[in-house]
Amino acid sequence: MTAPIPTHVIKQHLIDPEICIRCNTCEETCPIDAITHDSNNYVVNPEICNSCMACVPPCPTGAIDNWLKVLSDQAYGMDAQFGWNELPAEQALDETPAVAPAAVITVSIDSGDDPANDLQGMPSTSAGASIPPWSAAHPYVNLYTHKNPVMATVVGNYRVTDEDTESDIHHIVLDFGDAPFPVLEGQSIAVFPPGADSAGRAYHARQYSIASPRDGERPRYNNLSLTVKRVTAGYDGKPILGVCSNYLCDLKKNDTVQVIGPFGNTFLMPNQEDSNLIMICTGTGSAPMRAMTERCRRLVKDKGFSGKLMLFFGARTQRELPYFGPLMNLPKDFIDINLALSRSTDQPKRYVQDLIRERAGEVAALLESDKTCIYVCGLKGMEAGVIDALQDVVSGAGRHWLDVHSQLKSQGRLHFETY
Amino acid sequence: MSGINYSEKIPNNVNLSGDRALQRALEHWQPNYLQWWQEMGPEGAQNFDVYLRTAVSVQPDGWANFDHVKMPDYRWGIFLAPQDGNRKAHFGEHIGRDVWQEAPGEHRANLRRIIVTQGDTEPASVEQQRHLGLTAPSQYDLRNLFQVNVEEGRHLWAMVYLLHRYFGRDGREEADALLQRNSGDQDSPRILGAFNEKTPDWLAFYMFTYFTDRDGKFQLCALAESSFDPLARTTKFMLTEEAHHMFVGESGVSRVLQRTCEVMNQLKTDDPAALRAAGVIDLPTVQRYLNFHYSVTIDLFGADQSSNAAIFYSSGLKGRYEESKRTDDHQLKNDTYRVLEVANGQLREIEVPMLNALNEVLRDDFIRDSMAGIGRWNKVMEKNGIAFRLRVPHKAFNRKIGTLAGIRVSPEGEVLSDEQWKNHENSWLPTAEDRAFVASLMGRVVEPGKFANWIAPPVIGVNRQPINFEYVRFN
Repeated sequence: MTAPIPTHVIKQHLIDPEICIRCNTCEETCPIDAITHDSNNYVVNPEICNSCMACVPPCPTGAIDNWLKVLSDQAYGMDAQFGWNELPAEQALDETPAVAPAAVITVSIDSGDDPANDLQGMPSTSAGASIPPWSAAHPYVNLYTHKNPVMATVVGNYRVTDEDTESDIHHIVLDFGDAPFPVLEGQSIAVFPPGADSAGRAYHARQYSIASPRDGERPRYNNLSLTVKRVTAGYDGKPILGVCSNYLCDLKKNDTVQVIGPFGNTFLMPNQEDSNLIMICTGTGSAPMRAMTERCRRLVKDKGFSGKLMLFFGARTQRELPYFGPLMNLPKDFIDINLALSRSTDQPKRYVQDLIRERAGEVAALLESDKTCIYVCGLKGMEAGVIDALQDVVSGAGRHWLDVHSQLKSQGRLHFETY
Repeated sequence: MSGINYSEKIPNNVNLSGDRALQRALEHWQPNYLQWWQEMGPEGAQNFDVYLRTAVSVQPDGWANFDHVKMPDYRWGIFLAPQDGNRKAHFGEHIGRDVWQEAPGEHRANLRRIIVTQGDTEPASVEQQRHLGLTAPSQYDLRNLFQVNVEEGRHLWAMVYLLHRYFGRDGREEADALLQRNSGDQDSPRILGAFNEKTPDWLAFYMFTYFTDRDGKFQLCALAESSFDPLARTTKFMLTEEAHHMFVGESGVSRVLQRTCEVMNQLKTDDPAALRAAGVIDLPTVQRYLNFHYSVTIDLFGADQSSNAAIFYSSGLKGRYEESKRTDDHQLKNDTYRVLEVANGQLREIEVPMLNALNEVLRDDFIRDSMAGIGRWNKVMEKNGIAFRLRVPHKAFNRKIGTLAGIRVSPEGEVLSDEQWKNHENSWLPTAEDRAFVASLMGRVVEPGKFANWIAPPVIGVNRQPINFEYVRFN
């Protein structure tokens, strides 16, 4: 059971009908079919768009590059957008949450004229960078799209949380055979579940972070792994079966899956031997952290990595922590693991931000180095808490958060991937 | 293969260095191209640093790389959209079979003709527009003109690659000839009529990029469906660039209308003479320009009944616009289409076999697309509280190609006698006086952020740059 996500301010991706010339470039470019049109307008489906930005550079007019602040439960639907002659005026949202303060990022930095700034629901939030670290390897993106998906074969599927917990999380390994599918840690892929919705439309693809390093779940094999949580309830707690998550969790060995991607060109790890990673995640947000950790572990074996890893990992109970066993087997001098359990029977409730504050000294020390990168992945609700905690840590160390924060962003060293 | 290799003389993503003979042939053609660009490209602008967009890969994120470059240094090259190894022919007689990676012998002549005709239009428009830089209404517009020009140059490269790579000696000769014909040249004109017309002023340029580049879009869309896979992949990537050209036209005319409406409201008049005296282009003149460019452009689709069109379709060389979104049998052998003809002094529709009418099908698709944009132009007047509305003239108006060629028809679709036509021609098509007046407004504005009096500034700059950004450095 996931707690309902409180209302928060998001920046909705919209197309300006006054500037758009209906050239179809964006619809043609979108790798996940989030853009469609009628005789009047081209529109972005807020339920599909993952703000991957693939449509933005090719747009000849700039009409595609609009991000309007709305409350998360009041995003403009497609029908509304079809009827527009112009973009609606932005409401004066003071970023005061309608429900819970924890659900809103209030960032007091000057966001400049970058519309991708202070975005919730973007690959890089207001708090995050929109560029990768300078030493990141160059990613391949959108090699396969809905027009030419690639078939992958399931070579492994097993549960990584205890059988007796509600949280059913699976580790699924997909093999691409001879099809080139180069990936980097931090990237994601999308899977098409078979079948169609009640309106008869084929299901759109769902995106999942890759949980294995660039050289494969099994080294030097053309495969990768995903961390998928079986969805059995909606945000409101009502029973609902997640279409794609249930499909994936039920896959058998040798089944084939339609895949598109890879996606993502910013949430990438540095390539320096002495870089440090601070990884902050909850639940299946551990997927990219697992990928990065495993990458470093393999490098260490070849004496190719000497940096520090620090992990803040949140879950309700220890038994619901995916990969708990293997994680605990990692050497302590290789990775500094901090588990935040919110429903542990023998400990007070703790969240990742509490642990960041508890470990302020170590976090601040790492942040002194410009070779330290921070990665945050998990539910959207964690963003604000994490930012606040980092702000406290930096201020407590006698530095100015605004300066540190803007440097982290401009150097591509702070990344968010939340959903 | 999406990364573009810029280390070679000819940037490309087709592994050109793997085919030495082809590489040498194209490197031999390259100096002739650069010579043509110097002689026939934008006049007096070869030394400017222009804020241009260059593709560094055909993937979305590498598609738009902006920087100030001198046009002769623009990295013209050969970029094809990524190959889909499973692509099948999806229309015509070969439906369901693998697409061709080489030009089949029986279709070589037709494919070559299609590619040469398309290729010929690309340098033609550069030649037509070469003097416009001298009268640009702003730096922003000047930059857009140059962007259009260098991309037309790249489209020529795209077609020349196909000719060299797939059509042997004939192809090489055709590629040379593309640089030898010139727009409006008495002795060796360009192949299609519209590309021998002058583009004397910026209103004509905006109309040209709105209507004539839109013809390009529809032709490219039809070719992007081709069973000849290299042609489909080439044209697919060209379409991404073509969209910008149409934007230049659509927004350009919009800005002309906006400025005229502002002055109409300031002076509280719709008298063309008063508006001309105030230095803006009156709306009836815009309508006459529209009538001219629209009618000249719809001629480009060819004869309304054409056995060539049927052959091109049935043999899988050229599809329809959005072929894959259509739900018929994609063979069309038993389908009909309604086309216009004149009988007893009246226009009437007749049913003809669809395969023979495919030029008309594409023309009608174009007309629908054009009208949508004109609807958006009319919103400018609506917003300004001006009652005037622009309209597309009747399909039979001022036609020079096909069944309707030479028939006198009013913009409303009435068939007229020669005398009636002569009496009204000046209110339907731009007159020498109209053109002279528009030409008289064409003074050059070069200061960043400043615009000529007859046009409003754009809503947004290029690549999120401010309107007063230095889009062109004149050095």
